[in-house]
Formats: sequence, C-alpha cells, structure tokens
Amino acid sequence: MAALLQHPGYEEERLQRVAEQLPCREVQTGMLLSLMGQPHHYSYPSIFIYGHRASGKSHVMHVLLKELELPHATVSCVECVSVALLFEQVLLSFFGCDAASLLPRSASLSDFVRIYRQQCSQSPAKQTRYIVMEKAELLRDTDANLLPALLRLQELVEDNVTIILLSEIVWDKFRPNTGCFEPLLLHFPDYSKGELQKILSQDRPPSYSDEFYSSYINILLGVFYSVCRDLRELRHLAALNFSKFCEPLEEGKVKETDTHKLWRNIEPHLKKAMQTVYLREVSSVQWEQMQQMEEKENGALRGLSAHTHVELPYYSKFLLIAAYLASYNPARTDKRFFLKHHGKIKKTNFLKKNEKTSNHLLGPKPFPLDRLLAIFYSVVDSRVAPTASIFSQISSLVTLQLLTQVSHDDQLDAPKYKCAVSMDFICAISRTVNFEIVKYLYDFL
Amino acid sequence: MSKRKIQEAHLPIGECITQVQEILRVRLCHQQLPDRPEGLETQHKHLLELLKRTAVHGESNSVLIVGPRGAGKTMLLKCVLRDLLEEKEAQKNLLQVHLNGLLQTDDRIALKEITRQLHLENVVGDKVFGSFAENLAFLLEALKKGDRSSSRPVLFVLDEFDLFAHHKNQTLLYNLLDVSQSAQAPVAVVGITCRLDVLELLEKRVKSRFSHRQIHLLSNPTFPQYLAQVRTQLSLPADFPDAQFAEDWNASVKTLVEDKSAVDVLQRHFNSSKDFRSMHMLLMLCLSRVSVAKPAVKPADLLEASRLCFSDAKANILHGLSVLELCLIIAMKHLNDVYEGEPFNLQMVHNEFKKFLQRKSNSMYNFEQPVIMKAFEHLQQLELIRPLDSSAARIQREYQLMRLMLDHSQIMEALQKYPQCPTDIKQWAMSAFS
Repeated sequence: MAALLQHPGYEEERLQRVAEQLPCREVQTGMLLSLMGQPHHYSYPSIFIYGHRASGKSHVMHVLLKELELPHATVSCVECVSVALLFEQVLLSFFGCDAASLLPRSASLSDFVRIYRQQCSQSPAKQTRYIVMEKAELLRDTDANLLPALLRLQELVEDNVTIILLSEIVWDKFRPNTGCFEPLLLHFPDYSKGELQKILSQDRPPSYSDEFYSSYINILLGVFYSVCRDLRELRHLAALNFSKFCEPLEEGKVKETDTHKLWRNIEPHLKKAMQTVYLREVSSVQWEQMQQMEEKENGALRGLSAHTHVELPYYSKFLLIAAYLASYNPARTDKRFFLKHHGKIKKTNFLKKNEKTSNHLLGPKPFPLDRLLAIFYSVVDSRVAPTASIFSQISSLVTLQLLTQVSHDDQLDAPKYKCAVSMDFICAISRTVNFEIVKYLYDFL
Repeated sequence: MSKRKIQEAHLPIGECITQVQEILRVRLCHQQLPDRPEGLETQHKHLLELLKRTAVHGESNSVLIVGPRGAGKTMLLKCVLRDLLEEKEAQKNLLQVHLNGLLQTDDRIALKEITRQLHLENVVGDKVFGSFAENLAFLLEALKKGDRSSSRPVLFVLDEFDLFAHHKNQTLLYNLLDVSQSAQAPVAVVGITCRLDVLELLEKRVKSRFSHRQIHLLSNPTFPQYLAQVRTQLSLPADFPDAQFAEDWNASVKTLVEDKSAVDVLQRHFNSSKDFRSMHMLLMLCLSRVSVAKPAVKPADLLEASRLCFSDAKANILHGLSVLELCLIIAMKHLNDVYEGEPFNLQMVHNEFKKFLQRKSNSMYNFEQPVIMKAFEHLQQLELIRPLDSSAARIQREYQLMRLMLDHSQIMEALQKYPQCPTDIKQWAMSAFS
C-alpha cells in the first residue's frame, strides 16, 4: 500500500513515511505530488484545495512539506488580523529574521513584494517555495487587492513560489468581480464510513484488541454517523466514551466478544452524549467526572442552557407570560382573549383565511409597553397597582435577555419590546403559577 | 564539413521525462514568452512602432492595452519590450518603470516606487515637495544627462490600470498623462487593463490628456487554430538533448490532437473559454500525469483533466454532508417550492422536517432541536445558506431569515450521487409537495 507513492526527485523511504502518516488519502497525496513535480521544477502559481472540515487538507500539506523538507511558510489567516503579520511570517520562513525586520511599520503589499524581490535576487530559489494559507476564506474580508495579488505572486516576484489556499468554502464565492488569476482547483472528498472506521481504529489504546475497539467504533458510528461526519468530533467522542464502554469488561460482567451486552450498556450513554457533550452543553471534564461517579450519586447533569432557567419573582413571571402573549398573538385578537365581555366576534373574520404560517414559525413580533401592561393587568388575578417596582421588573427582564428592547434608547415614552423565550420555557413557567397559557395562544385555537 | 559522425545523444528515460517536465512547466506555469505571439501580429507591430518612437525619437505617447483576462496582454507587452531592447539605442537610453495597481494602492506609494525604480533615492534624499506634480517634475529633471538637452525617455507601464483610476483625484494618472502631453520629457505611458469601459472611469481632465489610443486584444481564434495552439504548447523544441525521444513525443502529441475523444474534450473547453490561461491549466493537469511508466500524454489524461476542471464544487460539498444536514436541505427545497423562494428560518425548516417524520413512523431521525440547530449552523458556515440581512443583533437565532444558495437541480443531482442514501429520504425529495 505504501509503495503506491512514487515520484522521481524524492527519496522513496521518505515517500513511504509520508504514505504511512496519511491513511485513506493516497489519491490526493499522489495528485499533489505530481502537481508539485520535482523540487527544482516550476509549479502552477496558485492551487486552491477545498473540502469539508477535518478532511485532511492541512494535515496532508504539513506532512508532505515536512517529510520532504521543502521550503515552506504556513500561515493561518485567522491569526493574520493585519496583513503585515502575514508578510512577516512569509519572509521569516523563507529568508530569516533579517529580512523580516526590513519590513516597515505598517507594511503594504508593495513593500512586501519589493523586499521579497531583493531577497530572492540574493538567494534565488533552488527548490519551489510553498506558501500554505489555511482558512483562506478570511482573505475575502481583508483588502480587496490582497487575494488577486497573492494568486499571481509567482509573476509579481519572479521567483519559483507557489501559493496553496486551503478552505472549506468553494472557489465560486472567492472570485473578485473583475476577475483574477484562476488557481488550480483540487477537491479533498469526505471520508466514507469505512475510511472513518479505519482512521478511528488507529486511536486504539494498546491494551485492547483490534476487534474489540472496532466493535466500539462501529457502535459509535451507528449512533453519530447520521448526525456528524467530522473526524475531529468523532475522535473526541470516541476518546471520551471508551472508558464507559470498557466498564462492564473491567467489572467482569461480560466478555470481550459479548457485543450485545456491551451495546446495551453503551447506547443510552452515547445518546445522552449527543445531547450534552456533542452540543458543548457540558465540558469534556464534566463528562468524564460524571462517568466516574456512581450512578446513584449522579444527579442531573447541569448543561449550559440550564443556567438560563432562573427563578423569577411572582409578578415577573406574569409579566413574561404577558410579553409572550403580546408577541405571539396578533393585536386584533386581544379583545377576544382578554376582555371579560367581548361581544360577538365572528369566527370567520377572526381566523384569517390565507394565513399560511403560524406566528410560532415566524418569530416574536414587537409590541408597545402599553399593550404589555394591558395584557398583564388582565392576566394577573389579583389587583395590582402600577408602581415603579412593576416597571423595574420589566427592565430586569430585559437585562436577563428574556425580553429584548426593539426601540431605540432615546424613545422613553413608547418603548417597544419583543419576547425572547421559547415555548417550552414559557410553558414551564406558566405551570408554576397555574396559568394555562395554551388556551390564550392564537396559534393553538 | 566534418566527416565525423555526430554522436546521437540518448539519455535514460527518467532523465528525458525530467527534462520534458522542466521545459513544459516553464512554458505552462511560468508564462514563458513565445518567440512570436500567436494571432497578435498587428497589435505587436502597432505597439512596437509606438514604443520605438518614444525610445529612439523622443516622442511622448500614451496607449491602453485592453482585453479580457488571459488574453495575453502582459505577454504582448513583454514580447514588444524584448524586441525593442534589441535595438542598441533603445537599450542604451530607455528607462522602464513598472507599476501595478494591485501593489501600488496609493499615489504616495506609487511615487516612492517610481523614485526607487529610477534609482533616484539619493538624489531626492530628504526633500519635501509641495505637490505630486513638483515631485514628478523634479524626477524627470534629474534624469537629464550631462550634455543632453532633454532627459532620457521613460516608459511607464501601469498594470491593472483601472485600479489607478480609483485613487483619490486620480493624481498619478493626471500627472503622468500631463507629462506625456507637454514637452517636458519623452514619456510613454502604457496602461494594461481588463475592463473594456476603462475610459468611463477616467475624470474629464485625465481623459482629455489621454491620447485615446487603445489596442484591443479581442482575438477570436477558430477551433482549428485552438487545436494548433494546443499542439505547439505541448511540443518539444528542436534543441532537446535526446532527438529520438523528442521525435516520439511530438508524434504522440500529433496523434493526441487527432484523436476523436480528445478533440471532443478540447471542443468543450473551447466552447467555454478561449483564453490561453484555461488551456494552460488543462495541459498542466495532463502534464502532471506524465511519468516514467507512462512517457506520453494520452487522451485518457485529457479526459481526466477535463473532468477535474468541470466538476461542480457545490455538488462535491453536498456529497460530504451528514444525513441530518441533507434532510434539512431537502426540507428547505420543499419550502422553496411551496413558497416560491421566500426566505425561511430554522423553525420553518424544522417544522417541515417534522411533517416528514410524522408520515414515516421511524424515529431514527428524531433529533432534538439543539442538534438540528447545530446542523443548521454547519450549513451556514459552509455558506450553503445565507442570512438575509446581517443584522444579527435583535433576532433570535432560530428565527433569523435565510436563503438557500443551491439550485433545485444541484440538490437532485447530489442526491443521486450521495453514498448510501436512505430510500425514504430520496422518495421524500422526489415527492412534489410534502
């Protein structure tokens, strides 16, 4: 398998080492090698590699450039908040820190090209120089001239240099409007299920057998594959949950080959992981601690979103309920819901015929303060005086981000708000005050 | 006449292939100048005449070279310069300043660059000038040699000319063209641009100083000419060390351009773009498949290279989505069909997806709202869906309106190629209304 990578100009044992570190990526590595050609040959000025996250783009590039010892500069565009950082990194990698120090304070592209030309006339490239830029989609947000200039860098500096751009996003979204030098496009396809299994099995801890670990990976992929195909996430999940998987084995309850019992043990655990660790509701440390604690001691795992469930005072709850009703009921229906004697309202006029989507799909609508108070007074069962304490509770609801203020801060006499809580949350709250909110919602008539 | 037999050099095959790669790569990747630019004879003559008048006779001129990307503008200019510098007088006198709109984004930077390229930094020293015009006049004055009455001719080449028109007040352009109109110094201003409407970008005072001389590179090669170009690009020159190998190689190139499947592929490329740059990309991909085991370019290489060039990038990305994300895309497609392209939000998509799950009683895809939210956000990061307006502030994430950036046909095609696509999902996608 490893002998498939062959290229004149590079030593065979080095290529073999490269192939060992890059499983399931032989085709792409071979393609890259053939494009790169022998070290002293020219290569295409710019190559654009795209593919999903964790499909091995950066990994393949790093391994190739390191093992074959080619002169290269790796830049992550996330780090380069200013372009001068990018230039410094490139000059440092190719020509050393003396060249990098020649850059003026706020270096422009013109300075960079000039210094590069000077340096490469002193030390011309014997081998192709590679500049690898990761997360290249961020280049679109910098100056408009940077991307077109980088794509034709070989022509501008007259040196044997090739730019390789790595990105998740397709090239069509990068193209500047007057056009540019089109790079060679290369696609790194996603891993298939078999390939994922193969790569994940390489993480096997040495004390367990191959079949045992691959049955574990099988179960893991069975639960997570339809949701997530990101190799990094799957590796993380595999590492976190393996100890739980081995638990019955260590306790002596099952043998290694008893896959059904092992599956029964681990499957609910993995399902729970999907709702917590996968969503980053709990940190990995919390998850591991929870696994180690006994099952009886194990209370409810507090996820991040559990922190939004604050205990509100009595009137605040009603204010929130009133806000929710004001957001999700159209204003013309208030009369029917909240007046004791609303008279005759024809149902046909009431339910508009061409309303296709319920308000719960469109999102909350803004409402003025007066409407909120009107609904509040009708919803609260006791008589409440409009004191400052009620109004200050509205402000604290805004601070807690349960309501959002839609109007500008300057408008003091007619502020508008929107309710920002979900249906489950408001149902839970109304249950605590014995209020049946569903009866008052227009969408559930 | 030597009677000695000329020893025919035979290099080993590996060495031959290396040489071939080197020669062709310089030609295809490094934009090596051809001896004569193909199909551009009139333009070449015109430009050469113009520049000769400046370099030898001291006449000021300005000209614009206009043509689409990859038409050969820079190549034409470089060929003309190479031919011009063969003349002794031009070589002795002519000074060149090359500016690029991508690099010199400001007039100040441009002026510094001009000073540097004319090697006048020492002369300028620490002087402070009142205006751009003063500075330029000083530079041109400094070029006067001892006994000469006028300064040496200077050729200003402005690459990406349209970007200079976006500078403040267009000072650089104004001053350069002003000098080319007045009798200060023999100056030739050559602008290279890809925009056909470049004159509209110039201010009135700049436009009036421009000589309105334009050289258009709107060449329209026919398909036989295109094929001939492919053949020349791939053929080895006569001075290749191993004559036998070169002969075999050139013969194989000839069979290549006569092979039917190869001609079909080239016809398809010709129909989509005629510029030489895309041809070079295609040939480069073919060249990369040449190795010791396969020392010639075969039609299969051309087919494979063409397939790589024409592959749909978005379909490739769709191939790697998880099943849940694919279901969300199908739900969005149905929403687009029913509501005729109106924007949607996550709640609507989730609702649509739930309708599908209710019809099929399997709970395999019954995921919680946060998991679906994560899948939705992944699609947003891949830019397959885009928010309508970027006011992310006051709207909850699940109610933010989005648009789908995929086409109906792209989705259906991707579904066909999706690995192990569950049949109920395929059927859901094909059904007209959910």
